[in-house]
Amino acid sequence: MASLRCFLRSGKNAVTAVLRREFHGTPPAAVQYIGVTVRDALNQAMDEELERDERVFLLGEEVAQYDGAYKVSRGLWKKYGDKRIIDTPITEMGFAGIAVGAAMAGLRPICEFMTFNFSMQAIDQVINSAAKTYYMSAGLQSVPIVFRGPNGSSAGVAAQHSQCFAAWYGHCPGLKVVSPWSAEDARGLLKSAIRDDNPVVFLENELMYGVPFEMSEEVQSKDFLIPIGKAKIERQGNHITLVSHSRMISLCLDAAAVLAKEGIECEVINMRTIRPLDAEAIETSIMKTNHLVTVEGGWPQFGIGAEILARIMEGPAFNYLDAPAVRVTGVDIPMPYAKNLEDNSIPQIKDIIFSVKKTLNV
Amino acid sequence: LLLLLLLKSNISSVVVSARTYADFTPQATFDIKKCDLHKLEEGPPLQAVLSREEGLQYYRTMQTMRRMELKADQLYKQKIIRGFCHLYDGQEACAVGIEAGINLSDHLITAYRAHGYTLTRGGTVREIMAELTGRRGGIAKGKGGSMHMYTKHFYGGNGIVGAQVPLGAGVALACKYLGKNELCVCLYGDGAANQGQIFETYNMASLWKLPCIFICENNKYGMGTSVERAAASTDYYKRGDFIPGLRVDGMDVLCVREATKLAAEHCRSGKGPILMELQTYRYHGHSMSDPGVSYRTRDEIQEVRSKSDPISMLKDRMLSNNMASVEELKEIDVEVRKEIEDAAQFATTDPEPPLDDLCNHIFYNDPPMEVRGTNPWTKLKSVS
Repeated sequence: MASLRCFLRSGKNAVTAVLRREFHGTPPAAVQYIGVTVRDALNQAMDEELERDERVFLLGEEVAQYDGAYKVSRGLWKKYGDKRIIDTPITEMGFAGIAVGAAMAGLRPICEFMTFNFSMQAIDQVINSAAKTYYMSAGLQSVPIVFRGPNGSSAGVAAQHSQCFAAWYGHCPGLKVVSPWSAEDARGLLKSAIRDDNPVVFLENELMYGVPFEMSEEVQSKDFLIPIGKAKIERQGNHITLVSHSRMISLCLDAAAVLAKEGIECEVINMRTIRPLDAEAIETSIMKTNHLVTVEGGWPQFGIGAEILARIMEGPAFNYLDAPAVRVTGVDIPMPYAKNLEDNSIPQIKDIIFSVKKTLNV
Repeated sequence: LLLLLLLKSNISSVVVSARTYADFTPQATFDIKKCDLHKLEEGPPLQAVLSREEGLQYYRTMQTMRRMELKADQLYKQKIIRGFCHLYDGQEACAVGIEAGINLSDHLITAYRAHGYTLTRGGTVREIMAELTGRRGGIAKGKGGSMHMYTKHFYGGNGIVGAQVPLGAGVALACKYLGKNELCVCLYGDGAANQGQIFETYNMASLWKLPCIFICENNKYGMGTSVERAAASTDYYKRGDFIPGLRVDGMDVLCVREATKLAAEHCRSGKGPILMELQTYRYHGHSMSDPGVSYRTRDEIQEVRSKSDPISMLKDRMLSNNMASVEELKEIDVEVRKEIEDAAQFATTDPEPPLDDLCNHIFYNDPPMEVRGTNPWTKLKSVS
């Protein structure tokens, strides 16, 4: 069962599983879990928020009549029509600017980038027009906008379509940057992002879209929100802390399962939010485990791991480290195309296991 | 002889007291220049009606704008204003004429030469000048500076050339979405007119019929580059291609007003965007660090000043039609001068923002948070 779940989580197969659990030893209440893919979680979150607030609308390439390039917005145009689900021409700088302007004038746009690689064309609007405006205007002009889309490496899409932008956007004050892993993350964080009155960069992952996760009733409720800025401990452990975000969480959990067989218990922290970074959660964990390995898909220099390590150095947890904290990252190269090369350009489970063992000196 | 003198003085005083406002022409009609049209059947009327009240108001606002900019020049040279300072003197008819053609409930966005618009959109001279000098009484509490001033329905003040154009179309989208019959005036210069994102915006605004008046303020120079050296086509009013356009005399406040009224009517009737090119001129260089004479001659500047100054044009019109007296206008000048002096006094004596404010206004509607200072031990507080 565990291996099946691992298989599913790493996104190699899209199978919707329906599970029912019963709690033993407590009054018999069948807690209903359903299997929901990340894609459907995002879709439902947007649907509910569109229904809840008339000012919310979605724009981007192929989001309406095509049902979304990755089908994330499937059915929304049919339900809400042209006014609220808007197909744009292939003009990122223009439509991102239009989205920001609409947010300034009282609407709550969701601006989709087909992938975040294309957001580079519009990055001036994200940073200079959206992120900085509330500060420059000393509180006169807020920008309640969500920029969302797939981020990071996919499969076989080569160098120009595989970059991770978590570090780039995470660098900028005035932005909130969120990176969900599971369906629950996707749902709760997207709802929070849409309801947030500030610019939020919402980094999805294409390979996770088809992965199903169990979703409890509580998570399915219309007002289920995950607070931005709080990490989650996905797996408890005593020996070492693994900190990661997005798809790499799946690999961390898989590595942890393998290491557990050798008696090494990893604590896996799902960052959920890149900015503001929940340093406290990481510090608390390190004070327990005394070891840290960060795992990310992006490039090493000036990246997510680099920031986490710097903060740990500067904070109270440093004294609890029994070994230098290290980073597992993507290889410092543009993404190649050939499968074997691509596979060796991003962290694999064996790389995480190797780094854990080196850090623990076993 | 004494009697005659007494009589004379009595008569003159009688004459003065009897000369009430009823003696002035309440309104007059003026010929205005014909606009060149692009994909438009009809242009604005060739005549404009100006009432005395309107005339006095336009005069006062333009004069206030002029003196405010000149005072900013002075303060900049005294190093009391620092950084970027892009002055608007010479272009007053644009800002005042545009505002006369729309309502305050409409929306407006422009680039960095924005002090004039901040004024017409409801800012006071006091808070504008205090923003230039970086004081807490500034319109953006000293945190924005010359290029980042905001008021209700005025979205700045934008530093990145051309970026304000998609923003403006976005505001127009919100106007259409919310159905309040408002429109957005979206300004850019001749330099910005070549930006790709502007053409992207033309496309979407036209496709979606956004109520957006695109206005190119063509002051003939993008920083130090003349229009001939920057644009393959200097017919900026035609550059919208499928968007109807008109080229307007931007030195004549009435011409600008009538064109804006036509444009506003076009947008409000659901026809989509329209483009206006205002031919205007700036007396100052691009910014305070540009003397403005290396790429144009002093003669050229002087010629515009003497032949086309917008304030002089309005003044001549009003005086020659007996719509106001020389004294009355002089009185306005004196009042304006006083207002500017008071504002400058405030702007130079108001204290700088408190250091506590450094990290505020990062996020809206959020609980207070901590911001890292310059070193790991410095933790600063940020409130919404």
